[in-house]
Amino acid sequence: MDFGTLFANLFLDYTVRTIALGTAVLGVVSGALGSFALLRRQSLLGDALSHAALPGVALAFLFTGSKTPITLMLGAAAAGVLAILAILGITRATRLKEDTALALVLSTFFGFGLMLLTYLQRNPDARQAGLTSFLFGQAATLLERDVRLMAIFGGLALLVLALFWKEFKLLSFDRDFGDSVGLPMHRLDILLTSLLVVAVVIGLQAVGVVLMSAMLVAPGAAARQWTDRLDRMVLLAGVFGALAGVAGALASSMGRGLSTGPIIVLAASVIALVSLLFAPNRGVLAAWLRRRRNQRRLLANQVLADLYRLGQQHADPQTAHSRAALRVMAFGAAGVSNTLNALEKRGLVQARPDDHWALTAAGTQAAESHLEDVAAEEDR
Amino acid sequence: MSAPQLEIQLIAALVAVACALPGVFLVLRRMAMMSDAISHTVLLGIVLLFFVVRDLESPWLILGAAGMGVLTVVLVEVVNNTGLVKQDAAIGLVFPALFSLAVILISRFASGVHLDTDAVLLGELAFAPFERLTVLGIDLPKAVWVMGGIVLINLSLIAVFYKELKLATFDPALAAALGLAPAALHYGLMTMVSVTAVGAFESVGSVLVVALMVGPAAAARLLTDNLKRMLALSAGLGVVSAIGGYWLARGLDANIAGSMATVTGILFVVVLVLAPERGLVALAQRRARQRWEFAQAMLAIHLLNHEGRPDYDEESKVVHLQEHLRWTPDFAAGVVARALEGELVQHRNGNLELMEAGRELARQRLMH
Amino acid sequence: MTDLAIEITDLTVAYQDKPVLWDVDLAVPTATLMAIVGPNGAGKTTLIKAVLGLVKSAAGQVLIHGKAYAEQRHLVGYVPQRGSVDWDFPTSVLDVVTMGRYGELGWFKRPGKTEREAALEALAQVGMADYASRQISQLSGGQQQRTFLARALVQNAQLYFMDEPFQGVDATTERAIVDILKSLRAAGKTVVAVHHDLQTVPEYFDWVTLLNVRRIASGPVAEAFTEENLRLAYGGRVAFLSPHQHAPSEPAGGG
Repeated sequence: MDFGTLFANLFLDYTVRTIALGTAVLGVVSGALGSFALLRRQSLLGDALSHAALPGVALAFLFTGSKTPITLMLGAAAAGVLAILAILGITRATRLKEDTALALVLSTFFGFGLMLLTYLQRNPDARQAGLTSFLFGQAATLLERDVRLMAIFGGLALLVLALFWKEFKLLSFDRDFGDSVGLPMHRLDILLTSLLVVAVVIGLQAVGVVLMSAMLVAPGAAARQWTDRLDRMVLLAGVFGALAGVAGALASSMGRGLSTGPIIVLAASVIALVSLLFAPNRGVLAAWLRRRRNQRRLLANQVLADLYRLGQQHADPQTAHSRAALRVMAFGAAGVSNTLNALEKRGLVQARPDDHWALTAAGTQAAESHLEDVAAEEDR
Repeated sequence: MSAPQLEIQLIAALVAVACALPGVFLVLRRMAMMSDAISHTVLLGIVLLFFVVRDLESPWLILGAAGMGVLTVVLVEVVNNTGLVKQDAAIGLVFPALFSLAVILISRFASGVHLDTDAVLLGELAFAPFERLTVLGIDLPKAVWVMGGIVLINLSLIAVFYKELKLATFDPALAAALGLAPAALHYGLMTMVSVTAVGAFESVGSVLVVALMVGPAAAARLLTDNLKRMLALSAGLGVVSAIGGYWLARGLDANIAGSMATVTGILFVVVLVLAPERGLVALAQRRARQRWEFAQAMLAIHLLNHEGRPDYDEESKVVHLQEHLRWTPDFAAGVVARALEGELVQHRNGNLELMEAGRELARQRLMH
Repeated sequence: MTDLAIEITDLTVAYQDKPVLWDVDLAVPTATLMAIVGPNGAGKTTLIKAVLGLVKSAAGQVLIHGKAYAEQRHLVGYVPQRGSVDWDFPTSVLDVVTMGRYGELGWFKRPGKTEREAALEALAQVGMADYASRQISQLSGGQQQRTFLARALVQNAQLYFMDEPFQGVDATTERAIVDILKSLRAAGKTVVAVHHDLQTVPEYFDWVTLLNVRRIASGPVAEAFTEENLRLAYGGRVAFLSPHQHAPSEPAGGG
C-alpha cells in the first residue's frame, strides 16, 4: 500500500476517518494534559494509572455485565483514582519512596486485573482471553459512538484545563506561592490529576494499558524543546499527540493485525527523539554547536594572547613563533592548527617560514582588547 | 499434588527468590521503576538476537536481552544527562519506545514463531513443566534449571559484594571516596536485574517481574532496618506470594502470574496494616500515645517560656491554655490531669507551676 | 495594640510528631525590617510557612494586623526560597511576576493590561525592566531573586515574608534588594526575612528574632542581637563572630 492510498483512506474511507479522528482526539488530550504531568514530575504516574485501569475495566464488566465503552471507561477511571490514592497513601504513611509505591501499585493492580479478566472468561490462558485489545489497543475497534464519547470527555477535560489555566500554571510552577495567595492548591491538584485520569481512560481502547503512559510523556517532552512558553508547549504537544495518533490509525488501516498502541507510541517517540536532537536552542545538536563555537572562540583568544605575550618578550611584538610553542602554551589543546588557519583567514595572524606564526597589526589590536576584557572581568 | 503442579510451584518459588534479592536494592536505591522499564525492554533484546540466531532456545537470547536491559539504563541516563527532561520523563520516554519497537517487530516479522507479546507480559507458567531439560541425569523443567541458576548467581554475587553493595546503597558518597566504584556496582546490579528479568519473564511475564521485585522488598522494608534480614524476609514473602498465588489461580481458574501479583499486593497490605512498628495500626497507637506526651511537653515548654515574664500569671491558667494553644476544654483538662499525675506541674494559687520533672522534660524536648 | 503587624502566640508546629517549633511568641511592630536568624534546622522557614498557613500548626494563633491570616491574606506578600521552584519551567519573567496578581484576579479571569503594567512597573523597581520577556531559565541567581521580589511587589502588600532573599545573589543584587526593603519600610510596610549572614543583620535590619526550635530572643537589633543571645541560639558555635556583631553602636532606625 502506498502513500496515495493511505491518504485516500484517510479522507475517503469512513472507517479510517473515524479511527483517525479518535486517535487524534486521544493524542491532543493526552499531549496537552501530559505536558502538565511532565512539568510536575508525574511522568511515571501515568504509567501506574494506565496499568491500574485494567482491574477497573474487569470489575465494571463483572458488576454491570455491560461491555459498553462508557461503563468500562468509568470503571477504568475509578480504578485510576484508587491507584492514585494508594500511591499517595503509601508515600505519606510509610518510609517507602514514590518509585516503590508506583511500581508496587502498577504491578499488583495490573496483576489483579489480569486475574479478574481470566477468571471472568473462565480461561486461565491469557492468550486466548482476548486481552490483546486491552493490552496494546485496537483502534480498528473504534466506532463512531466511541469516538464521540472520547471527544466529549476529552473536550470537557480541555475546557476545564482552559478555565483553570492560570491556577494550574501556578500549581505546577510554585504551589506554595499559590497557597499563600489563597488559591486552593490542594483541590486544584486533585482536579488536574483527575484530568490526567480522563486522558488515560480516553486512550485505553486505542493505545492499551501497557503503553498509554508514553502518550502522556513523549508529546510534552517533544514540545518542551521547541518553545519556552507554557501555552505554546501545551498546544504543540496536542499537535504532536494528534500526529502520532493519526499515524497509528493509518498504519492499522493497512491491516496485517498490527496493534495500534505500539505504532502510535513509536511515532510519538520518534517525534520526541527528533525534538531532543534537533530543536533549535535547546536541542542536543544546537547545544553541541554552541559549545564548539565557544571552545573555538576561547582557543582563538588564547592563541592570540599567547602570541602577544611571547611577542612582548621581544623588541618586536610581531615576532614569529613556532606552532609547537603555541601548542605547549595552550596545554596541548587540540585544534591549535585549525585555530591558526582560521585566524589567518581573519587576517589576525600570518604564516612565516618554518611553521612560525606572527600577529598582524590587527591581531595585536585584537589580542590587546581581549586581554583588557579579561583584566576587567578579574576586577569585578 | 501431581508432579507438574509441584514443579510449577518450584519454578514460581525460584522466580520469587531470584526477583526479591535484587529487588531489595532497587527499593532501597529508589530505582523501583527501573524494574518496570527493564522487564519490558529485554523483549527487544530477545527479538533482535532472535533475528540473528534464529533459535528461540539459544542461550544467547538471555545474554542479548540482559544487554538490552543494561542499555535501557544507559539510555535513560543519556537522556537524563542532556538536562532536557527530568529523570522520570527519561524513563517514561525510553522504555515505551523500545518496547513498542519490540512488539511491532514481533507482529511484523516473527509472528510465525513462538514469540508472543501477550505471553511476554503475562507469562505462561502453566506450560513451563512441559519444556524439559536433563542435566547430570536429572530431568527437570528447563525453567527450574534456568531460575535455579539465576538464584544461585544472584545469591553468590550479593554474598561476595555484600559490604560494597550495602555501602553504595546507604552512603554512595562514602563508597566513592573509599574507591568502591559505585558506577560499577550500579551497572552490576542493573545487569543482575536484567538477567533475572529475562529468566523470569519467560515463566511469569514482565509485569509479575515488577511485582515480585518490588512487592516483597517493600513489605520487608516495613518490617526491618537490617539489610540481611530484609533480603531474607523479602525472599520469604516472595515465596509465600508465589505459592499462594498458584493456589489462588487454581481455585479461581485464573491466570497464575496475575494471581501471584494479586497475592503480592495482598501480602503488602497485610504487612502495611500489621507491621509491628511501622504498620498503620502500630502507627495509630503510637500517634494516640504521642499526642498526650506531645501535649504535656507543650504545656511544660509553655510554662517554661513564660516563667519570670510579666504575663506568667495569665499564661499559666488552664482557661488560657484552651484559648492560646487551641485546645478543647476536655483535652486541656486531660493534659493537665496527666501532667499533675506525672508530677510535671502543680497547682499554686489557681495557676499551674512547673515542677522539677516538668522543667527537665521541657529542657530535653527543646534539645530535640 | 493595633500597630502590630504580626502577633504570634504559643505557635507550635510538628512534622509527623517531630516538633520543629515550640511555643513561639512573637510581636512585630508595623514598618520594621525583621530578620529571623538561627542555625540550620531551627525552624526559620517553618515559622514563615506556619504563619502563611502552608504548614499546619499544632497549637497557637497568628494575627496579622489584628486579625486572622485568612481574613488578611490580601495584606500579605510572599517570597519563597529561590530553590523551591523549577527554573526550567517554560515561562517568562513577566509571566512569573504577573502571578503575584493571581490571588486578587479571581477565577476564570486572565491577567490583562492592568496586571501586565503592574508587573512591568515592579520589574523596573527591581532593575529588571529589560528582562520582561526573558525565559526564566536564562536568569542568574540574583536575577531569579529579583524576579521573585518583583512578584511580591505586585502583590502590593502591607507585610512581606521573604525566605532567604539574599541566598546566592551577587553583591549588586544584594544592595538593590536592601534598598527595596528600606523603601518598603519607608512606605510604612513590614518585612520579615529569613536571613543567614549574621554580619549584615545590624546593617540591613532594625528588628531581629533569634530562633532555635523556640524563640531565643526577639526585639530591636540593639537589644536582641547580643552575643549572649547568639550563643543561646547557636550553641557554642559563634566564635567566628567579629566584635562589631554585638549591639551596634548606632541606634537602628525605624521601630
